[in-house]
Amino acid sequence: MTTLSRRGFLTAAGTGAAALVIGFHIPEGAARTVAPAPKAMMSPNAFLRIGSDESITVVIAHSEMGQGIWTGLAMLVAEELACDWTRIRCEHAPADAATYAAPGSPLQMTGGSSTTRGEYQRYREVGATAKDMLIRAAAARWKVAPADCVAENGAVVGKRGQRATFGQLAAEAMKLPPPASVKLKDPKDWKILGTPVRRLDSPEKVTGRATFGMDVQFPGLRTALVARPPAFGAMLVKFDAAAALKVPGVEKVVPAGNGVAVVAAHFWAAKLGRDALVVEWSQPEGGGLDTARFSAQLRKLVEAHGTDVGKEGSVDAGKVAATLTSVYEVPYLAHAPMEPLNCAVKINADGTCDIYTGTQAPSLDQQVAGGILGIAPDKVRVHTQFLGGGFGRRANPKQDFVAEAVLVAKAAGVPVKTVWTREDDIRGGFYRPAYAHRIVAKTDRAGAPIGWEHVVAGQSIMKGTPFEAFVVRNGVDPTSVEGLAESPYLRGAARHVSLHTPVTPVTVLWWRSVGNTHTAFAMECMIDELAHAAKADPLAYRLKLLDGAPRHAAVLKLAADKGGWGTPPPAGRARGLAVHESFGSIVAQCAEVSVEGDRIRVHHVACAVDCGPAVNPLGIEAQVHSSVVYGLTAALHGKLDLAGGAVQQGNFHDYPVLRMFEMPSVSVHVVPSTARMGGIGEPATAPIAPAVANAVYALTKQRLRALPLRLATVREARG
Amino acid sequence: MNKLVFTIITIASAACSGGRSSSGGGMVAAGDGLAAWETVRGVLQHPRCANCHPAGDQPLQGDEGRPHNQNVQRGPAGRGMVGAECTTCHGPANPPASYGAHTPPGVSNGWHMPTPEQPLVFVGVSSGALCAQVKDPAHNGGKDMAALRAHLDDPLVQWGWSPGLGRAPVPTPRAAFLAAWDAWAAAGAPCPAP
Amino acid sequence: MKLDVNGNVHDVDAPPDMPLLWVLRDLLGLTGTKFGCGMAQCGACTVHLDGNPVRACVTPVSTVGARKVATIESLSPDASHPVQRAWIEADVVQCGYCQSGQIMTATALLRRVPEPTDADIDAAMSGNICRCGTYGRVREAIHLAARLQKGGGK
Repeated sequence: MTTLSRRGFLTAAGTGAAALVIGFHIPEGAARTVAPAPKAMMSPNAFLRIGSDESITVVIAHSEMGQGIWTGLAMLVAEELACDWTRIRCEHAPADAATYAAPGSPLQMTGGSSTTRGEYQRYREVGATAKDMLIRAAAARWKVAPADCVAENGAVVGKRGQRATFGQLAAEAMKLPPPASVKLKDPKDWKILGTPVRRLDSPEKVTGRATFGMDVQFPGLRTALVARPPAFGAMLVKFDAAAALKVPGVEKVVPAGNGVAVVAAHFWAAKLGRDALVVEWSQPEGGGLDTARFSAQLRKLVEAHGTDVGKEGSVDAGKVAATLTSVYEVPYLAHAPMEPLNCAVKINADGTCDIYTGTQAPSLDQQVAGGILGIAPDKVRVHTQFLGGGFGRRANPKQDFVAEAVLVAKAAGVPVKTVWTREDDIRGGFYRPAYAHRIVAKTDRAGAPIGWEHVVAGQSIMKGTPFEAFVVRNGVDPTSVEGLAESPYLRGAARHVSLHTPVTPVTVLWWRSVGNTHTAFAMECMIDELAHAAKADPLAYRLKLLDGAPRHAAVLKLAADKGGWGTPPPAGRARGLAVHESFGSIVAQCAEVSVEGDRIRVHHVACAVDCGPAVNPLGIEAQVHSSVVYGLTAALHGKLDLAGGAVQQGNFHDYPVLRMFEMPSVSVHVVPSTARMGGIGEPATAPIAPAVANAVYALTKQRLRALPLRLATVREARG
Repeated sequence: MNKLVFTIITIASAACSGGRSSSGGGMVAAGDGLAAWETVRGVLQHPRCANCHPAGDQPLQGDEGRPHNQNVQRGPAGRGMVGAECTTCHGPANPPASYGAHTPPGVSNGWHMPTPEQPLVFVGVSSGALCAQVKDPAHNGGKDMAALRAHLDDPLVQWGWSPGLGRAPVPTPRAAFLAAWDAWAAAGAPCPAP
Repeated sequence: MKLDVNGNVHDVDAPPDMPLLWVLRDLLGLTGTKFGCGMAQCGACTVHLDGNPVRACVTPVSTVGARKVATIESLSPDASHPVQRAWIEADVVQCGYCQSGQIMTATALLRRVPEPTDADIDAAMSGNICRCGTYGRVREAIHLAARLQKGGGK
């Protein structure tokens, strides 16, 4: 059987208890030309299994971290397969980039708001291919032409009333060769796609049955907590394990990288053991990073031009009526997913390794684990569990949390699950970097920008990673400046964007919507400043500049309209606008705010989205809500302070996140669009901070240029 | 008018209680009573005590008396809101030190605040107003001086001197507080002018 | 010590200070109750003690005594509890990690306040953090659960 080509191979989808489930595998879509080596039969390496029990299992090549792709990708399959939706279940694919990397990507990863648009073609083809095989199987059984059979709701039906379910046909269908090509449905014939569909993973998530990485348990698995450096730049000098080893339940104390792991029977013993551990760390070089000093450094940097990002046109000095200069700042931010990081690792005697974790990047996990263990990456099996939130943290070029767990398991010689506490998570680095922007805008007599000098300063996410070679060009990390030079507001302006990229020991990473978290804030607040300087209505001012950007203009108008722009807000409230394009989608928001004491309260956010064709409107709405909440946390609360290289915050009492009582009502308006499909996991994150800041200005005349937004009267609130 | 009545009551009360008080080994002058009250006041308005006697319905936290996070509210009976009762997070005793700083403290009789009907506000009130409020059964939960004295042994009051890891206890020693209270009571529980 | 969890009495060999959360998760294998902060800040570990919501992460197991512990696993294994049904109907969950705690708090609220207002919900639920931002649908689902509960449950 191992000699079968991938395109034709068949498999039983299980043995023992699942022996009745005969399945067939549909390989990747016809567009794929690479033909990887055949895989062992029992390795589930394709996208669909149809069981004789009528079960439809869609194998999801990406990680479900809340964004709803289990449902969305299953909908793509179901639309073409014409199966019974209630029979569908999903499972995470194993790590196997040759099979599961998204078309065009070398890596199996989830991020960049790319899953739905990246898999839009392939998963529909999976469904269409299976349907074609089932229909041909039925036709052969009934000795009729395939054209005389149709598939509907999980069965093939013949012209003379013959009927066979997919489960009944699965065994015969899997013996047929897949079609050379398939024709996908015309969108006008869609029955599922574009309709609101509830999540498939709800039942297990409301009963506590869903298994997250944190929940992985198997015989022999130990729990480890790792003592990590208290400051960025500090190095492990020595440790004394004696007291830790006296804690009942603690079994081993082992060094692991630049840390020390306490391995125990359960979390609590490991925690007490780590508390008792005596570790000596070196002082960070130069005393370590202080955020107050670093902010000043960034503000200093943006006073002079940096590396050119883009320079176009020159300003006609005679036309300049006014010059406005503003500096915007954002702090370091932790992702703080609800599920603290964790990773279970079992190193096997046969030279393989099993990793159980919620990961956004199984391919990278294989590489880092393989590298540490000296085995080929394909000897590393990654069992992706549900992710209790990702937001980028569970995909980083170093996969620090996986690498560390592998080091611990290797040093301990037993299967180990590392568990991070919330403090470990908040202080563990890989932050949204702190940034400063300085914009010098020159306007004409009408108040429109004709010159735009924009200097950005902040750490690069890509530099020093394997991605650097592919994305950093001429010293510019594009994620540092995304959305600036190409801003639709600046089509009529001479513009010069440049970048400073300081290096610090603080590790940084993409954080939901990446560079847009600060570029949208700077751009949309500055445009608002110019509108007010021109004594223009902020909507009208923007629309005039967006004359050549109809999609932007349309979503902005829609958000403004739905947010009540142009009608008087309730007493004591004001509204603010922002629109921003990222990840191929355009999102506009109209936020309505008030100020209660020293607290900014956001009452309502009207959000308009143009993300191209909508696969699951319910999923889009959820992602927009989610992005607004995530972005509001950054707008109102999020800030990490470092002193001597040590992060001062540690848990939700001093790194507060948005709670229920602060939740605005959010209305989501999806523009019907035939534009190229964009992402939706991130794009609604970026506009909310400027929309709120602009509303606060309208209400108070305080122009808040730093996140989190703090009114002049506000004392630093904790918790 | 109120002031006048208040003053008369104070005098009457002082005369009355002064007459029967001899626990301290003799009569206590009203002036000494006021000094003793000042010690009492300092304790009541210390954040360990005052944080649960706020002006509004949201308890306070920390030495700076910031609003309690999670939007915690007094609730209909002073025990928090339904589903978010004080005891949802505040257990029957302070958590063990191994739980770390910033974990919610606990007390055996259940964490709580004054009721909304008699909020007994310690925060932002003058010494005189606080004093009057404390003594007034219409504001203090119907307690006379003897009941008030007994209340000082309530576990939640005592908690102020053993607030758990990471919290500063009330700086006035508990014995000094009780002595000051007794002296104040013995002097007829005089109050400064409001 | 004896521990009554979801109607089953377990003989638990745990140090007295061990938080109930880790007894449930690591000793009894009941992983539906989640660890999120370890200091009663996030609500992911919410369980009921004699029907009252508590944060299991700051509850020493020795303080539980004879009180009955109920975890998410006790509501129903098949998502048939009105609150669970409402959660599915309102499509609340995203990553799902906080939802055990959200549901346990909501269940406690609905038991005492069968028809909560938005203000009741905000007050009860503000101790439960959701980083995916499902708050709007949590509110909606609690109202829906109130109706399902009133209707006697299907």
